[in-house]
Amino acid sequence: MASDLETFPVRNGEDVVRARQIVRSRAMEVGFSLVEQTKIVTAASELARNTVIYGGGGEMHVERVYGGPKRNGLRLTFEDKGPGIADIGMAMQDGYSTSGGLGLGLPGTRRLMDDFEITSDYGKGTTITVRRWRR
Amino acid sequence: MDRIPILKLEDVLLVSIQVDMHDQLALTLQDDLTQKIVTTRARAVLIDISALEMVDSFMGRMLGNIASMSRILDAQTVVVGMRPAVAITLVELGLSLPGIRTALNVDAGLAVMREVLARRDEPANGE
Repeated sequence: MASDLETFPVRNGEDVVRARQIVRSRAMEVGFSLVEQTKIVTAASELARNTVIYGGGGEMHVERVYGGPKRNGLRLTFEDKGPGIADIGMAMQDGYSTSGGLGLGLPGTRRLMDDFEITSDYGKGTTITVRRWRR
Repeated sequence: MDRIPILKLEDVLLVSIQVDMHDQLALTLQDDLTQKIVTTRARAVLIDISALEMVDSFMGRMLGNIASMSRILDAQTVVVGMRPAVAITLVELGLSLPGIRTALNVDAGLAVMREVLARRDEPANGE
């Protein structure tokens, strides 16, 4: 599994915009279609915002992944050292929000990507990894 | 850029979002538009998002808020120019923008708006 991992800070609103732009250009490099790019960028935007709002800032890791000779994709990891998520089951439900938002961020992101993994230690932080394979 | 310009054309406020908005910029636009509806007595708001390469749940919520606030202030909102990839993504994300009137482009948006305003101006008992 060859890969080139890049890491970017996600601390404020400007970083969220930058994260979108970076993910857009990497998704283009992988060769995703326009619709796929838009889905990946939207997922990145949701997760980057969560990192800022709930995690108090953190990092985004962007990695091109290879699952076989003709299979490649993009993996994004958002990591923060914030308070963590008390109830992941609730956070993954449509319409559940602790901030007055729409509650679509996490469940919506899971729908936009192929794989979605979340680990959260209450009091220690949250790591969310998403992946999408090129069709 | 810390503000998105709002143009007034007769009784319509016209906004064209040409930048990748950070959240604060979106919130500022929401506030500015609400103020401007009142100060200019505009009857309609037309928001062109044809330059937006993505709309996430935050921006979707902002568009919904603008539509609701203008309705309360007696103005109609039409969102125009959404790219197909953005529409597909929004629906998959779970946002169908209920309560927001849309049109394919600015021309169609203005036509929709004129129609809505004309209907509203008809006497309540009709003809």
